[in-house]
Amino acid sequence: MTPPLIELRAVSKQFGTTRDTAGRLSHALAQRLGMAKPDPVVRAVDSVSLSVMRNEVVGLVGESGCGKSTLGRMVAGIMPPSAGAVLYKGEDIATLPPDRAKAAKLAIQMIFQDPYASLNPRMRVEDIIGEAPRVHGLVSAADRDGYIDAQLRQAGLDPAFRRRYPHQFSGGQRQRVGIARALAVQPEFLVCDEAVAALDVSIQAQVLNLFMDLRTRLDLTYLFISHDLGVVEHLSDRVVIMYLGRVIETAPTEEIFTRANHPYTQALLAEVPRITAGKRRFTAVKGEIPSPLDPPSGCHFHPRCPHATARCTIEAPTLRDIAPGHASACHLNG
Amino acid sequence: MSPRNTLTVRNLRTHFPTRAGVVKAVDDVSFTVDRGEVLGLVGESGSGKTVTGFSIIGLLDPPGRITGGSIQFQGQELTTLRDADMRRLRGNRIAMIFQDPMMTLNPVLRIDTQMIEAVQAHTNVSKAEARNRAREALGMVGIPSPEERLSAYPHQFSGGMRQRVAIAIALLHKPDLIIADEPTTALDVTIQAQILSEVQRLAEQNGTALIWITHDLSVIAGLADRIAVMYAGRIVESGDAATVLEHPRHPYTAGLIGSVPSRNRRGQPLRQIPGMTPSLLSLPPGCAFRTRCALADAACEAEPAETGDGHVTRCFHPLAEPVA
Repeated sequence: MTPPLIELRAVSKQFGTTRDTAGRLSHALAQRLGMAKPDPVVRAVDSVSLSVMRNEVVGLVGESGCGKSTLGRMVAGIMPPSAGAVLYKGEDIATLPPDRAKAAKLAIQMIFQDPYASLNPRMRVEDIIGEAPRVHGLVSAADRDGYIDAQLRQAGLDPAFRRRYPHQFSGGQRQRVGIARALAVQPEFLVCDEAVAALDVSIQAQVLNLFMDLRTRLDLTYLFISHDLGVVEHLSDRVVIMYLGRVIETAPTEEIFTRANHPYTQALLAEVPRITAGKRRFTAVKGEIPSPLDPPSGCHFHPRCPHATARCTIEAPTLRDIAPGHASACHLNG
Repeated sequence: MSPRNTLTVRNLRTHFPTRAGVVKAVDDVSFTVDRGEVLGLVGESGSGKTVTGFSIIGLLDPPGRITGGSIQFQGQELTTLRDADMRRLRGNRIAMIFQDPMMTLNPVLRIDTQMIEAVQAHTNVSKAEARNRAREALGMVGIPSPEERLSAYPHQFSGGMRQRVAIAIALLHKPDLIIADEPTTALDVTIQAQILSEVQRLAEQNGTALIWITHDLSVIAGLADRIAVMYAGRIVESGDAATVLEHPRHPYTAGLIGSVPSRNRRGQPLRQIPGMTPSLLSLPPGCAFRTRCALADAACEAEPAETGDGHVTRCFHPLAEPVA
């Protein structure tokens, strides 16, 4: 069996606070007096394991602060994990020899949410797209112009726009520039972090169609991060739901939308606004998403869960298979 | 008892003269909102939906100004109102909720300071009484332990809580009309559902008329009584929410509904509207949508008039009404 294209093994990411001089002094004093408090640590991603097979589209869903973007950044190699390993074709990227690690990192590219913030406003589009292939020696100087034109065309942009700056494009076109930039280094795997969230509905449909078209044409694999379940349902083969740094449920798309197991997933699905005619009563999950600085004990969802028992407040449930390909982290499953 | 009709907008035109030309952000827009009714104003960025809201509440930034039409609020004409009189209405009888709650909240003042100020601006009450009202309003929008939260600063709230505070401020004077401009767009789904349920309840209890501005048809589907769809400064279709969503007559509305992922077969390409929203500086003559429309022909180079009764559309080739 071929190894998954990308595999995460118990990956964690913690963010600590750094002290200023006064903080260090008072901490040293407190330590001497035996009154030191442990440093506050945000467990943005808490021991997540995940594998993505070649040509699969995995949708990663969660609300703000659940760690989905941090996870995406670790997969893309922008951020090193605090613990655990990211494997590319079965090999740990961190321990690969430099030349192969570089190849692996080129094969994984990222597309960002905000097409306004992720493009350098002072670079022309041809430089934004052409810089990386030139630096990595993917095209010769002679072929460079033709290559950039081909990349622009592939992303649905007119090659005549190549001398323009990002501000001369609309939001949807700018996102296409971001896509062209990512594809210019011929990646196999794309991490799309809320890539269509900032776009208008009619433009969003165009960009989603482009993603699906590119997937078949270039044999791409996606990790599609989104809070929009409608988008994820449409695009993904498999859905992973995160809550406060942990994966709480994963299943094939159809399964999760018909037989969601975890109470949080069920609540999330119930609240997705749908275009169905007629007024409906909005009901709501009680409470807010807790702060990741001070997550609830046991199952992170228990303060908001209608089925919480005493066990949920003490023991964190593990992710266990409940059906083929369907895993859920909930004590209700016995 | 206030009259049944809360707001009537007739042929409203709001233009922005710029160096490059006149931007007709709102061009001949008419609609009404009744007491306790929720009107969903739907459109993409640049369609003029927010400027419509700003025109009603009198918050247009220069060089924008109302160049024609009328806005009648409970029988009172707003377009000719003096600034001082408008100030008496704004925040009192008409309130607005913005997409970004930080636009409403002052980051360096505590919540109680801001809310007491808002109460005392329109009613002659003591500070203690004003504080009581502020606390009640916070409780009404579902903020836990409102007494303690009153002495917090805006940065100590989460995004959802901040938006609740903004809504509480809008509700302080039990206004007759609330204009909500994408108030849940920046929020998570579970928080969005909480806010929607609060707003729905409050509109029903107080008989507040609500204009809910959004680009998201699915949010409005469960909330609005009527829907008006804007495109390039005009209302291209309006009518009863269920009718518009189930049997859209304007090709743009149909395209918008069709491009929502949940309306499409999974894995199949999404139905998309070709092209992009036109610049308001260089609108094609006639129907502004014709360059993106599959049904457009020579007739569309003329200005389409509003047709239909109740379910109104501005199109020469409206999609067929289903045979009942």
